[in-house]
Amino acid sequence: MTDRMLHMYRQMLAIRLFEERVNDLYTRALMPGLAHLYIGEEAVAVGVCEALRRDDYITSTHRGHGHCLAKGAVPDLMFAELLGKKAGYCKGKGGSMHIADPDTGNLGANAIVGGSAALAAGAAFSSKYLKLDRVVACFFGEGALGQGVLYESMNLAQLWKLPIVYVCENNQYNEYTHFSETTAGDIIARPSAFGLAVASVDGQDVRAVYDTTAPLVERARKGDGPAFLLCNTYRFRGHHVGDISRDYYRAKHEEQRWTSERDPLAILGAHLLEQQAADRAALDRMAAELTAQMDAAMQWAIDAPYPSPDEVTEDVYA
Amino acid sequence: MSKELSYLEAIREALLEEMRRDPKVFVLGEDVGAYGGAFGVTQGLYDEFGEMRVIDTPISESAIVGVSIGAALRGYRPVAEMQFADFISCAFDQIVNQAATLRYRYGGRASVPIVVRAPSGGNVGGGLYHSQNPEAWFIHRPGLKVVAPSTAYDAKGLLKAAIRDDNPVIYFEHKYLYRRAKGPVPEGDEIVPIGVAATRREGNDATLLTYGAMVAPSLEAADRLSKEGVEVDVIDLRTLLPYDKAAIFASLEKTNRVLVVHEDVKTLGIGSEISAVIMEERFDTLDAPVMRVTYPDTHPPFSHVLEGANLPNADKITGALRRLAAY
Repeated sequence: MTDRMLHMYRQMLAIRLFEERVNDLYTRALMPGLAHLYIGEEAVAVGVCEALRRDDYITSTHRGHGHCLAKGAVPDLMFAELLGKKAGYCKGKGGSMHIADPDTGNLGANAIVGGSAALAAGAAFSSKYLKLDRVVACFFGEGALGQGVLYESMNLAQLWKLPIVYVCENNQYNEYTHFSETTAGDIIARPSAFGLAVASVDGQDVRAVYDTTAPLVERARKGDGPAFLLCNTYRFRGHHVGDISRDYYRAKHEEQRWTSERDPLAILGAHLLEQQAADRAALDRMAAELTAQMDAAMQWAIDAPYPSPDEVTEDVYA
Repeated sequence: MSKELSYLEAIREALLEEMRRDPKVFVLGEDVGAYGGAFGVTQGLYDEFGEMRVIDTPISESAIVGVSIGAALRGYRPVAEMQFADFISCAFDQIVNQAATLRYRYGGRASVPIVVRAPSGGNVGGGLYHSQNPEAWFIHRPGLKVVAPSTAYDAKGLLKAAIRDDNPVIYFEHKYLYRRAKGPVPEGDEIVPIGVAATRREGNDATLLTYGAMVAPSLEAADRLSKEGVEVDVIDLRTLLPYDKAAIFASLEKTNRVLVVHEDVKTLGIGSEISAVIMEERFDTLDAPVMRVTYPDTHPPFSHVLEGANLPNADKITGALRRLAAY
């Protein structure tokens, strides 16, 4: 368990450091477009992916860097993709919101909210068809609760007893609107109505996320059907990197309370120290090592070449 | 003499043969299982292949296509049935945003070999949501292929080609032709390649480009013109994306006149695109403006009087050909 906790700490820290550099690339005007940072939500991706095998699958969202890294993507190729470089995961065609990596079972981030819900069911259907026990974790934000395709997907998944875990990351804001203004009734009542196994968890506590996910994944793996996991979390930053004036939709003191009291890294870090699973020096060494790795990965991507303009029409057709 | 099948039977035979040939092929859609599909296209498949390969779904077009995409990413070749082409708009995002772009988004590291079968077309008294010809929406989306057979032969051969293609293919099967079009079909591994038009009738005086249920009235009109001494080259496009530009240009070289006929509405139908391309690339070849006979820019009404008077037919096509020849 100590090894698992340390691994999860390392994964969360890697995501945090990656995202801080993404923000830095944006503010230095090195990265055009948008990026949706996962800072504050790291425990969800890490806790869920810790419960998956490497040959299991995930589908991801526009806020997907954390999912990709947690499932095993390497930061070099991710930075390159974010910068539109040829060496990126998608040759610079996908960018921040569309990173896919078949090698690690990442079926793709998706900038259509809820856009992966049915695709994830299709991947899960293939597991059943092939009589393979590979599970699919379908990540989406609470904003996707407004998309009909999610309900089509859950209905099918339950009818067909598909090995899929729907992971709802409730970071509380549908872009710039609190979810309570967009979401009628009780979130958990929705998957319950389809007969899915349901659970909700403190999405800032990575140990709780892992402990809650693992039995849902194993249940799905055995053929007992889909599950819905509601992770209550918080987006520490704006909807995207450019969303810096947030006063008009949420209060500063609310953000301060979450960042000071509910930081998933701080929560696990304190636990590790308290349990004497690690000492401060060890955690500092880990941070120094990961910081050096992330800096090197980012610099590698900055130095990497862009694609040739005529590649714009490549990969349209097989 | 090879056997003759109806257009509908030809579609079924293509599914049957491809499912026997390749265990990665499965079909899914509303009522496609034991019931055999709303039009009976999948009748018999359930008995042979069972519920894991002939899959009844809820009335959830987005999920039908989305599940197909996910399964395709894991090596399958799903054939999704939209009960009517009119319902394909419910799956629009899955087709145009997900399936069409996936290979591109992945930087070429995956492909989406799915077929979406869409029973389309009017003249069947179906009204607004059982008569549409929505092919132009999909022709406008790079990453998709779009086919629309007019004969039993092509219905079978193009579906086999579509199933074997590594790209998402939208397969428009015209409901009016299901039991009216009959003929020989390809045997064994023979397919009708995607992207290749067929010349249905040869002539040197005008080129008529069409597809689907408009081929028959186009041929009838061409026969009438023949009696007046005008010989029309009738080309069945068969594939709308990518359409056979070489065949169009080759015919234009000898006729110098082009008429496009489609059952789809006029504005931004494929006739608009073909006309523009001819203008851009073969302007010097033209002796007359490119002309079009299409359904008007309106909806398919229920009343057969309203619909029947407005669908393109042999009389309207004949009139247009006369004007074109006389220009």
